[in-house]
Amino acid sequence: MSTTTPAAPTSALSTSRTAATAARVLRQLRHDPRTIALMILIPCLMLILLRYVFDASPRTFDNIGASLLGIFPLITMFLVTSIATLRERTSGTLERLLAMPLGKADLIAGYALAFGALAIVQSALATGLAVWLLGLDVTGSPWLLLLVALLDALLGTALGLFVSAFAASEFQAVQFMPAVIFPQLLLCGLFTPRSDMHPVLTAVSDVLPMSYAVDGMNQVLHHTDMTATFVRDVLIVAGCAVLVLALGAATLRRRTA
Amino acid sequence: MMNYAVQADGLTVARGPRTVLRHLRFTVPRGQITGLLGPSGCGKSTLMRSIVGTQAKVTGTLNVLGHPAGHPTLRSRIGYVTQAPSVYDDLTVRQNLEYFAAILAPGRPAADRRHEADRVLADVDLTSHADALAGNLSGGQRGRVSLAVALLGTPELLVLDEPTVGLDPVLRRDLWTLFHDIAATRGATLLVSSHVMDEAERCHRLLLMREGEILADDTPDALRTRTGTDTVEAAFLRLVDEAAAAHRTQQTTRAQETTR
Repeated sequence: MSTTTPAAPTSALSTSRTAATAARVLRQLRHDPRTIALMILIPCLMLILLRYVFDASPRTFDNIGASLLGIFPLITMFLVTSIATLRERTSGTLERLLAMPLGKADLIAGYALAFGALAIVQSALATGLAVWLLGLDVTGSPWLLLLVALLDALLGTALGLFVSAFAASEFQAVQFMPAVIFPQLLLCGLFTPRSDMHPVLTAVSDVLPMSYAVDGMNQVLHHTDMTATFVRDVLIVAGCAVLVLALGAATLRRRTA
Repeated sequence: MMNYAVQADGLTVARGPRTVLRHLRFTVPRGQITGLLGPSGCGKSTLMRSIVGTQAKVTGTLNVLGHPAGHPTLRSRIGYVTQAPSVYDDLTVRQNLEYFAAILAPGRPAADRRHEADRVLADVDLTSHADALAGNLSGGQRGRVSLAVALLGTPELLVLDEPTVGLDPVLRRDLWTLFHDIAATRGATLLVSSHVMDEAERCHRLLLMREGEILADDTPDALRTRTGTDTVEAAFLRLVDEAAAAHRTQQTTRAQETTR
């Protein structure tokens, strides 16, 4: 039998199929209001908690708070996406969709759009709360904080999508969170500056995307203008998200054993 | 050649180290209902997945609607129902149908999709459950939602993997009436698998399978006449016994040849 040849009707990214998929993912979430509430409220509650944990040292709250604004969307989107795509794989709907004229890019872009939209809401609320109510002192524009947060959410979506291909059950998918996210959390410079770590760990942290997400947040925190470092950080995080999304697309196979 | 919806020759499928389908050669005529029957685990689902183009490691010839199986243009021409209902439990029945309709034929007005959903809902007799969450339906009802998705658009070939499992007799009869109606009025080809032999009598043609091989490819009448039996079930059992006996003689001759 000859191998399949990609043809016009499904290979290109179709805007209406992507939009339909994004709308479908959001509709699924709408039937699960508790998940939406948890996704949106927990980052806000954690920021409030953090604010009063560091009640005596507002400088520490500034540093950690800004970093967390970037880390929260990454973690939530990672978890939600990995479980959602795993469910898609195990329920047979993925097989059905891939037997239909749906491009893999349509599916991935649909998920990225839907969770990206949710991430905007989550990040906007958390950033607004931190800056205006909790007194997070940012030198730069809060819009730039939001931009980094959104890119982090996309990176989380991308990582979750990619990792779900290697999880056979929800138990495994959840375990990928500590495996993929925790090392980045420890090495991203949140606990101690990356330059103070063991040289090997500094080198490792240089290739982990979360390091640049946190660094980007700190650039906004300390500088009024967009610095060259900020632009570099944003480009690296965005590039990583696109790269991992492409890797995620490669894990979607129309033909499976 | 074009009279056949599916044409296979030397079709072999490996899953891991195991060969699940061995050198199958058969045809599925257009516009008819072909039943794919055999015990659980004989390779029915693997054969169906090969035809739909979702099975990996398929070798040999397998043409579907004039194209090699899995060809991209086939994706909107085949309706496929997996054994387990593959629908979104956290969407309503209508939302499920409208989403899959949008994937099949994008860019149509919402009213068209709605109309299409209404049509297939009536086909599977679920109109009254249109706004229920799929996850809240019974197993049989979810199976019918899954079937309704496959009826969207105008599929030329319907591949249905055990669509009547777990349904009560009335519903089973209604679905078979629907299948015959689809074949007669829409000219579609249906390939329906089952491990319940009494459903075989409702098919135009039968493919009897056992352990990755096809035992017979005939009409129910011809099968009964050929084996001198009254039911397809008896015919199947007769064919299984014959195949086992032939296998044994083959093995003993081979054993004798090696000892010689």
